[in-house]
This record gives sequence, structure tokens and C-alpha cells, in this order.
Amino acid sequence: MTEIVKQVFIHIIRAISLLFAVSVISFTLVSASPVDPVQQYIMGIGPVSEEQRIEIEAYWGIDKPPAERYFNWLSALLHGNFGTSLLYRRPVIEIISERFQNSLALMMCAWLLSGIIGFSLGCIMGMNRDKWADKVISKLCYLLSSVPTFWLGLVFLMIFAVILGWFPVGFSTPIGMRSSEVTLWQRLHHLVLPAFTLSLMSFSNIALHTRQKMIDVMNSEYVLFARARGESRWTLFCRHALRNTVLPAITLQFASFAELFGGSVLAENVFSYPGLGSAVSAAGLNSDVPLLLGITLFSTLFVCVGNMIANLLYGVVDPKMREVDR
Amino acid sequence: MRKTDFPLLEICDLSVSFKMYDSVLGQRDLRVISNLSIKVDKGEILAIAGSSGSGKSLLASAILGILPENAAVAGDMCYNGQKLTPRLQEKLRGTEMALVPQSIAYLDPLMRAGAQADGHKKPCPTAKRRGIFGRLGLSESTEKLYPFQLSGGMARRVLVSTALITDAGLIIADEPTPGMSLHQALEALTLFREMADEGKAVILITHDIDLAFAFADKIAVFYAGTTVETASALDFRTGPESLRHPYSKALWSALPQNGFEPIAGVQPYAGNLPKGCLFAPRCSCKSAKCEQEAPPMRDLRGGEVRCFYAM
Amino acid sequence: MSQTRYRRRFNQRTKALILTIILAVLMLVIYTFGILISEEAVSTDVLNAKQPPSWGHLFGTDNLGRDLLMRTVKGLSVSMTVGIVASCISAVIAILIGIVAAMGSKFMDGIINWIIDLMMGIPHTVFIILISFSLGRGLKGLLVGIAATHWTSLARLIRGEVLQLRSQHYIAVSRRLGKSSEWILIHHLLPHLAPQLIVGLVLMFPHAILHEASISFLGYGLAPEQPAIGIILAESMRYLSSGMWWMAVFPGLLLVLIVLLIDRLGENLRTVIDPYSAQE
Repeated sequence: MTEIVKQVFIHIIRAISLLFAVSVISFTLVSASPVDPVQQYIMGIGPVSEEQRIEIEAYWGIDKPPAERYFNWLSALLHGNFGTSLLYRRPVIEIISERFQNSLALMMCAWLLSGIIGFSLGCIMGMNRDKWADKVISKLCYLLSSVPTFWLGLVFLMIFAVILGWFPVGFSTPIGMRSSEVTLWQRLHHLVLPAFTLSLMSFSNIALHTRQKMIDVMNSEYVLFARARGESRWTLFCRHALRNTVLPAITLQFASFAELFGGSVLAENVFSYPGLGSAVSAAGLNSDVPLLLGITLFSTLFVCVGNMIANLLYGVVDPKMREVDR
Repeated sequence: MRKTDFPLLEICDLSVSFKMYDSVLGQRDLRVISNLSIKVDKGEILAIAGSSGSGKSLLASAILGILPENAAVAGDMCYNGQKLTPRLQEKLRGTEMALVPQSIAYLDPLMRAGAQADGHKKPCPTAKRRGIFGRLGLSESTEKLYPFQLSGGMARRVLVSTALITDAGLIIADEPTPGMSLHQALEALTLFREMADEGKAVILITHDIDLAFAFADKIAVFYAGTTVETASALDFRTGPESLRHPYSKALWSALPQNGFEPIAGVQPYAGNLPKGCLFAPRCSCKSAKCEQEAPPMRDLRGGEVRCFYAM
Repeated sequence: MSQTRYRRRFNQRTKALILTIILAVLMLVIYTFGILISEEAVSTDVLNAKQPPSWGHLFGTDNLGRDLLMRTVKGLSVSMTVGIVASCISAVIAILIGIVAAMGSKFMDGIINWIIDLMMGIPHTVFIILISFSLGRGLKGLLVGIAATHWTSLARLIRGEVLQLRSQHYIAVSRRLGKSSEWILIHHLLPHLAPQLIVGLVLMFPHAILHEASISFLGYGLAPEQPAIGIILAESMRYLSSGMWWMAVFPGLLLVLIVLLIDRLGENLRTVIDPYSAQE
């Protein structure tokens, strides 16, 4: 047990150091941009009162040296003040928490879908090594990794939403409906296409990894011995292969949060889905600095959490790590 | 009633070769076992003795029918008078024929010892297995341990228990003693002796010739993928004068207590076998005939030998 | 036996070499063709706007009557330029960082691993948006963004390779003979790393192109009037519901085709210059 506590502690320290570094990098990059946040603000909001102006200038620490401006900003962050979004005219923290719910629904659906599809295909390939099923599926996996996801999303949108009319063209809820009136079914209906598109991005990775792992297990000595004891292919799969491949696959899935988030930026833009991904690209295009910084930090946190779970899971599922105290 | 006339397992002229595909070298056949013949009866231990790397472990896989897919098998194997077809092998695996593998690597690293020994058969023979664990001196808590938590001796006993649980008539033990202290090795071999005394047939594949002499009833000397001599263990204990094949005699003299005299030369590699007698390149009494023609197995003084000149 | 063995290997490498040359020439032709397309060929022609594919316009025309095939090919050559430059920059970063990590102290190695973790911790798309924003969008931001996010995997590969080479016997002998680190680097390490690096570079290229397309699609990167696949696809979004399917389908298909061909080129090149690692 103490081992796990120690591991968690190490990972948290690591995550904090990474987040700190990301905050420095992103603040530096934003400061170096030709866009002046204060000017942008004032232009965006229109005529401002003198008090508002002072407040804005105080937040950005105008006329102070860069380091001081950074720490000024950082202390505001640590007090929970992420600033106000220029684009949406609301506190950044509110926008992030609201949109993250949408993004989380999308990403988790895609994540589960790609995990299940990828793992199953990997099992089929690994159990039928060098047979036609293996050859066809692995070709498909290599092909999919050469296809831009957003283009695939466009094609799906065209076929299933525009031509066939099975799914809505975009957004997370029907247009013109208050969010309280939207049913779960309607939400799911809007989620299907984007989630499927996003899942296609990552399933080939997990499928090929599972295939290799499955082949290793099937060639192992313990599977040979299990065959000598009369286990059939199906029993071998259920008793040994599944047990020894599913946990590495889950670990890999948790470690892929960065690609998942990156893919969701594209998928959300194609499907006009109101999540963090469409917000971050809009923030960049409209020079909404507080929102851009906020989402960058938040996405890093999201990836860190995924990596931490992956690392911890790796320790928890391995009996060598788990039963170290026994 | 006729069935009892047959030996439990009889292997005639067994050959195993591998088709190797290599993108650089192309396709070629590697013959790892050639013209091997052995017999084993109920209630006896047959030791198959030979130096490491002579393809002994593949013999176990061939008998059980679990060779890799690129292996080709020729020759006849009969179990209790019935021809061992892949179908029959599948039926007998884990019920009539049991394997005791050589190391802890043959245990699933993510499965607890108890579940592992129980096997996949339904209903789960947990009560019976607990009895066997007790008999083997494994404490009750052992069943909750993962393979990495087992000591070498415990792992060995867990592996042996997988064979005992089946009531198999034929037990094939593949290198059961390496990595064990002399005490543990004797203990393990005593277990096999007990099994044989209960009427099972035991094939003991080993390179530990000394222990084989002491515990086996018959010994088959294995060289470069074939048996060169089969004789009773008594002959080996007596000395070279009662042995038949020059390689058996050389093996005997190479034992520490018999002078530690090494044999010149090395065993031929499976991809590069000599044309005639496989031992000819290292034999001191070979003739031109030996280099041209492979000698057949023939009966001699109550044993069998693969040599033109043995007397 | 040994002769057929030799011939087989020879044949395999020759085949890969011929394929590599064919693919490279094909890429070069598409690239020059794209560069040479004049502004007139992609000029607006409102009378011919929104035409579906025909013999006159194989890919159809867009909302302003520009020929989509010409626009796509021109866009591809821009993508390829971005891809090559960004891949080269990241390869240089990768080799420098990889060598420093492997040659230097444990401390440097730790720092560099931390930086690599950092780079992998920010989602790439978000990081490129940030860099592009910082550099005022445009080509420069795109190049720097893609280079900054793509060096990590190659750097890891090179680091591993250098660590392995360093443990080899002849390097230790060299060192004992009094050769300097620089001498060993130039005479022993670089010749070994070069094939890996070239293959890694070519295989990074399709990734860079895909990233270029997606970032342009989001509206960063190239300006809207410039030809780029991402921009064409972004425009096509507005006309999807009016049934202009060709605007989205053909440019995307051509992009996928080019990416697949470059990938093939990389694999064949690997067989030619590094036949042993290609066999795995």
C-alpha cells in the first residue's frame, strides 16, 4: 500500500512540474504574439469605462517586466481567476467547466468505442495470425492511420447527415431548444457521428498493439503448457490470452489522452460540436487570450491525469507490484 | 483383453522437421528428430537421456500433438495399441497424457497457483487438488500465490500437481530437475517413481544422466535427434562392458565418478546432419559404411542399438 | 544454396530501389507540376462556379469557379514544402537532442526526457494553435508548430540508438586509443545513425503533411486565398448541405493517396538502405 502512495506522490509532483512548465511556455508564447491583449479587449468590448480599463490592465500587469507579469497572472490563476473570455463575455472557468462536460461525453464515447473495437480487432488479428482476417484488418489499420480524421468526418457528415439524413448535421443538441428540454436520446443522436469519427482515429493503434501482445502470449510457454493440458483455442483465449492482453491495452488507452484531445479539436470543428476543442480554435482565431491559455492548461491537466492513471494502473494490475507487501 | 499386449506408448521411426521461412535464406527444412523409436510400458520409467540441444523437448510436443504449425511429423505413434492421430491426441491431452513442464515460465504469470493447478476442466476439482497439494507438502496458502511468489521447489510441485490431478496413464516429464538442489531433485524423482509404482508410465526427458541411471527402469540414449541405444538402467549402472553403442559408452566415461573423460567433437546441428550414421564423425570405430549408410535400430542382448558393429 | 540466397536478397533490394526511384520521381513530378500551375489556372470564373466533375474539370469547380484539380495539386505542393521543411527542422532538433541526451551526463538525459514528456503532455493540435497564435498565424507559425511537435519520437529513437552504440566494443576501444568524443561522434556514430535518420525523416513527412492539412483546416496556417488542402476542405464545409460533395471528396482522396505513397516510399527506402531492420 505504501508503494502505491509513494507512486501517486511522485506522479503528482511530476504533473505539477509539467503544468508549471506549460504555464510558463504558453504565457511566453502568448506574450510574444503581435496581439496586444488589452488592446484586443478594448476593441472587442467597445468603449470601456475608466474603472474597467484599470481592472483589465491590472490583470495583465501592463508596463511591468515580463517575469512580474507572469507571476501576477499565475497568482490570479491560483486564486481561481482565469480571466474573462472576450469571445463569450463570461469567466473562462465557467466556459471550461460547461464545455468540458460536452467534450467529456464525446471523448469518453470515442474512447470506449475505439478501445472496444480496437481491442476486439486486435484479438481477432492475433488469434488468426497470418490468416486472411489478420491481413485484411491490419491493412485497414495502416490505411486508417494515413487518413486525416477531419476529412473522414466531413465524408461521414455528407453521407449520413446530408444525403441519408440519419443524423443531425452538427451541434450537441437540436438548434433553438433550451438545454433543459433536450432529452438524453437527442444528445446521444447528436453524439454518434462525432464520437465514431474520433474513435476511428485511435483504434488502429490499440488494435496493432493488442495484435502483437496476443501473438506474444500465444507463443509463450504457458500457453504451450495449457495446450498440453488439453485446452481448446477458445479456452486458451478466455483463460490466458484475454487476461494477459486486456490490462496492457487499457493502460495504453489511458496513455492516449493527448491524441484523444487533439483529435477532438478537429472532430468538434467538423461537427460544430460545442466542446473545448471548438472553443480553443475559436479562441485562437479571435485572439481570446484568457480562454486560449485556460484551455491549454486544462488540456495539459487532462493528459496528465490520463498518464497518471495509466502509470498507476500498470502498477496495480501487475501482481508483482500489487503484492509486494505480502 | 488383447489391449494389454501392447506397450502403453510405442513410437516407430518418428521424424520431425520444421519448414523455416526466411526472407533472406528462403525456405528450407530443418530435421530435428529423425527415425526415433521408443516403447514405454505401464509401471515403468523410461528416461530419455541426451545432452542439451538435442531436440528432446520437441519429442514431448510431438507425442502430445502440440508442435508449432510449421512442423511436419512422419512415422507412427501408438497409444495403447491405437494409432495416435491428431484427433486422438486432442482427446488424450490432459486426460490420458499429462506433461510436467520444465520451469516456472510454463505457468501463467497472472493466474494464482490454485486456479492454475485446477485447470480448465469443469467441475473444478478444487477438493482433489487441495489433497494433492497437501500430499506434495504445499501449504494451503500456496493456492493464493502468483507464480513469481513461488520458490523453485514450490513451482516444481505445483507443476507436478497439474499432472497428478488428471489421473493420466502417461506422464511426460520434461527436464524436471535443473535448478534444483540434489535434495529437491531426489524428492521430485521420488514422486515420479511413486507414480510409476501406481501403474502409470513415465517418460523422463533429462540431461542429468546420473539421476536417470538411479531412478529409471529403461534408458534411451538420445543423440542428434534420434535414439542410439535403449537399454535397461541396470546395464548403465554395470558399466561400459554391458553397454552397446559407442556414444553410450562415451557418455558413461564422461561421468565424473567414471573418470570425467570428455568425448571429442560436437553434436551435429539440426540443419547440418551427416549423411550416414549421425555419430560417425565422432566415432572411434567407424568404417566407410558408417559414413554412407544410416544403421537401423536392431535388437541386441535384451536392448536395442543403432550401430553396425555393436556386439 | 548460398547463391540463391544472395540472389533473393539482391532482388529484394533492387525491387525496393526501383520502387523508391519511381515513387520519388512521381512525388517530384506532382510537386513541380503544382509549383508551375499559374495563377490563371486557379483564377475565379464565376460563370463556371459550382460545376460537378466533368471532362473539362475532373474534380469539378468550387464556389468561385476555380478548377478544383488545379487548386488541389497546387495545394499539395504547398503541403509538401511545409512537410519537407518541418520534417527537416524537427530531424535536426531530434538529432541534436538525441545525441546530447545519450552522450552527456545523466543530468542532461533527465532534463531532456522531462522536455520530451512535456512535449507529449500538451495535445499537439493545441500546442500548434498556441505557437501559430504567437507567431501571428501564417506559414511561419505552421512550420515552427509542426517542427516543435514532431521531433520527440525521432529523438527518442536516436537516443536509444546512441546508447546502444556507445556500449559496443569498438567504441570503447576507440576511446581507449585516445580518440576524442567529437572524433567518435563523426567517425563511428553518425555513419550508423544516418540511415535511421533518413528513414525516420521520410516517415515523419506524411505525418507533417497530415498535420499541416488539419491545422490549415482549423483556419491557422496559410491565408484563406492561398491554395491548401485544409483550406479547400474548410470551404467545402459551407457547401456540404447544398450538395457540393466533390469539393470535400476529391481533394481529401488525393491527400490520402499522396500520404500513402510517401509512406510506401519511406518503407522501400528503409529496405534499400537499412535492409536488416526492415525485415522485422
